[in-house]
Amino acid sequence: MTACPDKEALLHGLLDGELDAANAQACEAHLKTCPGCAQALGELQALSARLSAPGVAYRAPPGLRARIEGLIDAEARPPPRRLRAAAPWAFSGGFAALAASLAVVMVQANVSALEDQLVASHVRSTLASHLVDVETSDRHVVKPWFNGRIDFAPPVIELADAGYPLAGGRLDYLDDRVVAALVYRRNRHVINLFVWPSKPGPALPPGPALRSGYSVAHWRNHGLEFWAVSDIDAGDLEAFRRAFVARAPT
Amino acid sequence: MTGRILPFAPLLSAKPDGPGVAVFLRGKRTAATAADETPLDPGEADRFRRLILPHLDCAYSFARFLCRDPSLAEDLVQDAFLRAFRGFRGFRGGDPRAWLFAIVRSSHLTWAERRREPDVDADAVLETTPSEALSPEAVLVQQGEVATVRGALESLPEPFRETLVLRELEELSYREIAQATGAPIGTVMSRLARARQMLLAVLPIEGLRP
Repeated sequence: MTACPDKEALLHGLLDGELDAANAQACEAHLKTCPGCAQALGELQALSARLSAPGVAYRAPPGLRARIEGLIDAEARPPPRRLRAAAPWAFSGGFAALAASLAVVMVQANVSALEDQLVASHVRSTLASHLVDVETSDRHVVKPWFNGRIDFAPPVIELADAGYPLAGGRLDYLDDRVVAALVYRRNRHVINLFVWPSKPGPALPPGPALRSGYSVAHWRNHGLEFWAVSDIDAGDLEAFRRAFVARAPT
Repeated sequence: MTGRILPFAPLLSAKPDGPGVAVFLRGKRTAATAADETPLDPGEADRFRRLILPHLDCAYSFARFLCRDPSLAEDLVQDAFLRAFRGFRGFRGGDPRAWLFAIVRSSHLTWAERRREPDVDADAVLETTPSEALSPEAVLVQQGEVATVRGALESLPEPFRETLVLRELEELSYREIAQATGAPIGTVMSRLARARQMLLAVLPIEGLRP
């Protein structure tokens, strides 16, 4: 037994509450006299009940909300007012030295704020179960994963034989832009390597530096900024930097 | 940059009144130069958190049914919310979900384009039965009613799957589905009817059919 072919659209419309009053009445009247259409509607209603049953729709996994809130908070934050941020430092240095040191101090303040962000991102990545978006030790997977997600191509280098196996890659948001984060491991520690295109400007001070107990190393290569952050000691991170730079494509 | 926008051009022309996609395009175009964009004022950001963020679960569910991959769905949703936030000034009321789903859908399309997957041609699909219909073995392996229903839904070709998910799981009206998917209402209706027909074939209703 099947529905009348000319009534099929009406049955769906009735089921979905999309019919106007006149059509709904006409359709209901027809259903009373047509067992085929009545059965078809019954099937559609039963199917609809199964589809809309609780549990069929997925729920977002636990960490996702926090990550999105973090992204939105980062977006909503007004871009740092660099001059104002630098001012307290500048004036504490004394008036005479101000003119000479202002440029340097501003760069340092920027770097300092950036390093805070880097360390915060590193810590977040290890806490929020969002270490990697693409989890693989295969650089041939990580590299294309970034392709299209960001407008530059970070070099993805295999360093397992040097003691720094690749764990994967992730997108992060730093210094007002989306950056690539390559994740390497050192024994049980994590190294986040953040990469993004250099802006024109003075070269930043060379690493390694220590910040809130985290080691930070910085270098530039082929127009890209590299910032490595980890809780391994500064010497070990410097070794990582050397290993990475030595194998970077030239 | 232009190359990254191109995939959306057909969408835009198919849906001249679609605020979701137009907004998305704007967000897309500025994605790499976010620093130049004036951020939303705090009031607007709060409004976004109040109005859009609560729909995270259904955005994820929709993304999950679109791409059928849990971790990719997370990526798509994360991307979509970021773009929704950047384009929030363009949200002109209506059901925020229809607007959000259009953006999730665009994120998925971008991903599919980049994977160089051929676009699913709805008309071509109409001629065929679901290619990924569950085998009896697969049905046996799956446990429980929810998994069976999800599996059957996921076996539908994409245009039918997304239309049916938006109608049955998210309870969008035909008009809202049209807005979210960029398809005319007539197409929404025919896809819905066909989707239900295909689903009844793989999910026989016990007691009603012998």
